[in-house]
Amino acid sequence: MKTKLLLLIAAIACLLFSCQSEESQTYNRYYSMGSVLYIQHCQNCHGTNAEGLGNLIPPFTDSVFLRKNLAQLPCFVKNGLKDTITVAGKKFSNNMPAQGNLSSIEIAEILTYVTNSFGNKMGLIDAPKVNADLAGCR
Amino acid sequence: MKKLIYLMAGLGILGACHNADKTLPIFGNRQTVTKTVDGKPEIDTIYATIPSFSFVNQYGKTITDKDVDGKIYVADFFFTSCPSICPIMQRNMLTVYNEFKSDPNVKILSHTIDPKHDTVPVLKQYADKLGITGDSWWLLYGKKEEIYQIAEKNYLVSAKDSGQGYVHDGYFILIDKQKRIRGSYDGTDMKQVTQLVTDMHTLEKE
Repeated sequence: MKTKLLLLIAAIACLLFSCQSEESQTYNRYYSMGSVLYIQHCQNCHGTNAEGLGNLIPPFTDSVFLRKNLAQLPCFVKNGLKDTITVAGKKFSNNMPAQGNLSSIEIAEILTYVTNSFGNKMGLIDAPKVNADLAGCR
Repeated sequence: MKKLIYLMAGLGILGACHNADKTLPIFGNRQTVTKTVDGKPEIDTIYATIPSFSFVNQYGKTITDKDVDGKIYVADFFFTSCPSICPIMQRNMLTVYNEFKSDPNVKILSHTIDPKHDTVPVLKQYADKLGITGDSWWLLYGKKEEIYQIAEKNYLVSAKDSGQGYVHDGYFILIDKQKRIRGSYDGTDMKQVTQLVTDMHTLEKE
């Protein structure tokens, strides 16, 4: 009886797993890696819930800003940011330190996590896209 | 035997109740002195206190130890361009600020350890961006040596300029009305900061 039940569960799990398209598997991998990297590299300043800090550090909850600047996001992470930006109706002018030691895939994982958490839903940002965006940094 | 267990349990409950309104410990070096009172020798304990100081706050106003006479306050050390632990410390200190901002008997003293960059206007701008108004949270500017000395000798926290960057730990130090250290809390740990707020309410009643 017990073995039968286990077999059944295994079969269902297999079915579910195979139902996942390759794309959504990739997305899940990026997202979960990104959540770990976010804690290591971003959370200190931007906060556990990406709430930011006053007018010093911007939040990641402004989907409109993120979508508008999607191609620039890898540049912001890799090279830092000195410009004044307006996020969620507030102006931010403090320097963001460059995270130059992050690889393209790590940046892609972080951005996939950020743009699909905190109320955002923008899908996968993969390493080739980050590489292309980095080539076009101002 | 059973009676003994009941008695122990009863004492345990009493003990637990008593714990609820405990007094906070007093930290720092202490000395005992023997005084003569009414012809009889009496032993008194002298606790380490924060000595006199004079710094300038974000409004350009001089702040001395006199400004915290009879008040409790929280002290910490930071710098505005700090990329590592400061944002978490400030985020947590904001909860302390919001809890006590309308209480004139409670102050927050954040000392910059980078006075070369963090001049008074820089501190004012930082305070504005952090959303601090009023007169309860002071961002203090002072001579580097004086800030580093009071940090290490009196608040017992580390503050150093290592040459490659500033070294500091993220402690919030709680000072009582007699300027004695009554607690130190990891400012990067929200749980400890919640404890600090609780302890501040306890200390205020002393």
